[in-house]
Amino acid sequence: MNKEFLSSERRRYLKEQKRRKRMILLTQVLIILLFLGLWELLAQLGVIDSFIMSSPSRIGKTLLNFQNNGLLLHISTTVAETVVGFALGTLIGTLLAVVFWWSEFLAKVSEPFLVVLNSLPKVALGPVIIIWVGAGTEAIIVMALAISTIVAVLEMLGGFLATDRELLRMARTFGASRMQSFLKIVLPYNIRTLFNSLKVNIGLSLVGVITGEFLVSKAGLGYLIVYGGQVFKLDLVMSSVIILAVLAALLYRGVLLLERLVVRRLSHTS
Amino acid sequence: MTQGLLPLKTQKGGSALSGANKLTMSSQLLTVERLALKYQSGNGETEALKNISFSVSEGEYISIVGPSGCGKSTLLSIIAGLLEPTAGRVLLDGLPVDPASGGIGYMLQRDNLLEWRSIYKNVLLGLEIQGKLTEESREYAITLLKNYGLYEFRDKYPAQLSGGMRQRAALIRTLATRPRLLLLDEAFSALDYQTRLSVTDDVYRILRKENKTTLMVTHDIPESISMSDRVLILSRRPAVIQSVCETTFSDDRTPLRCRGDSRFSTYFNFIWKELDVHE
Ligand SMILES: Nc1ncnc2c1ncn2[C@@H]1O[C@H](COP(=O)(O)OP(=O)(O)O)[C@@H](O)[C@H]1O
Ligand SMILES: [Mg+2]
Repeated sequence: MNKEFLSSERRRYLKEQKRRKRMILLTQVLIILLFLGLWELLAQLGVIDSFIMSSPSRIGKTLLNFQNNGLLLHISTTVAETVVGFALGTLIGTLLAVVFWWSEFLAKVSEPFLVVLNSLPKVALGPVIIIWVGAGTEAIIVMALAISTIVAVLEMLGGFLATDRELLRMARTFGASRMQSFLKIVLPYNIRTLFNSLKVNIGLSLVGVITGEFLVSKAGLGYLIVYGGQVFKLDLVMSSVIILAVLAALLYRGVLLLERLVVRRLSHTS
Repeated sequence: MTQGLLPLKTQKGGSALSGANKLTMSSQLLTVERLALKYQSGNGETEALKNISFSVSEGEYISIVGPSGCGKSTLLSIIAGLLEPTAGRVLLDGLPVDPASGGIGYMLQRDNLLEWRSIYKNVLLGLEIQGKLTEESREYAITLLKNYGLYEFRDKYPAQLSGGMRQRAALIRTLATRPRLLLLDEAFSALDYQTRLSVTDDVYRILRKENKTTLMVTHDIPESISMSDRVLILSRRPAVIQSVCETTFSDDRTPLRCRGDSRFSTYFNFIWKELDVHE
């Protein structure tokens, strides 16, 4: 778009849009500040017990004390487990979705199993997982996989199967093999679905990792939360929860960034 | 209607023609022999085609008209090798059709351009799939883009093109693979009337220039007369060839000129009657 060619109405419209965006952001920041301020005030006044509820200033102190309380180790442990679980879950989920797209027979056969597995609360598998793979990092990763993979399979398979039939027919008029149809039509057609599934998946992987850390762990934010609760260090618990929230947002951003990169590359070179 | 005055042939069923085919088979590009097809599905059996026979020689432009749902698309899909017939066979140059060989180019009603590819990359899709992407075939695709007014738009995306241009891009995608026979399935019916008239003129010019043998399905009688040397009229489902209308116009014919020709309405009336849509 050339800037000189914008009409004054257009410019006014764009300016208005920008203003609205800024207003929304400002309001969001204000809400957070208001919440924190109120929390701090009530804690200071003794209306709420800061031993049980903690307070922004105590959380701040805990966060600043990261060199002594090993926060960094716990954060990096959780991040590493989440990333590994996410990557494995995506890989396995995509592979399974491709297999089920390939063979309608296998898809039909596995459909009821997938549905049941999907609605089963995975925490129930905790003891089994620990017995099978041991009470270590492996158990945490497996828990993350258990929670995220099935959803990924269902989501991606849904996308693959909803690919525009006419596009596939067009590819067949050129004699496309199933492999070519998949690579040239189905996959690029579903790039949005794929990333939407990744966005859900990164969140679910984090859920899985924290659940796993609740069950078995010596480090990680999940461990910190459980430990903090047991010794009544609510500052530690609250700090962990807040870090977790920030972490979830950052990981989501990461996926968004990856999506933008891939989509741009795809429409330039494919 | 006096048969002697006009080169019209009427025959019921396909047996008469298949007899004739046997004599001239060697000089025919495409031979369709006693095709029949029944669709099977959960709620029953649909007989779409019943004993269809005809042949097409090199350089001919043939139209197929018929009531909607009579089996026209089915017929093209079988000829293209996408669908197994229940009976009968299709020969291209005397050999069974194989979609991967690229002998037949099949253009569907929708342009089916891939929105995530530039026009240039879209045009190369057929070549890519058939593993024919060479320096020479790229050149040819570029020549086609240049000749048919899309070269300046090669880096644009389909969404940025008009309906007529998209349709031309889809045609170039098919032509780039250099098929011996081109199949068009209502390729213009998604366009509005004005665009359609000019696009059919363009396409006619393109196909004559590239000397493409073409088999076109349409439900538009004027379109079928103005573009083709021969019109095959199908009956209702299950389709048989109801009759054949050979059209003769001056040598410098174009679709638009044909529409103004005095013979046009005679052909139109004949096909209209044979189509038997009013009952
Ligand atoms: N895959 C299919 N399964 C069952 N019936 C079909 C299928 N495809 C088409 N038909 C039926 O076969 C008949 C012919 O279809 P088609 O060849 O698309 O007609 P046309 O192109 O002449 O409009 C129609 O009655 C249609 O409902
Ligand atoms: Mg049709």
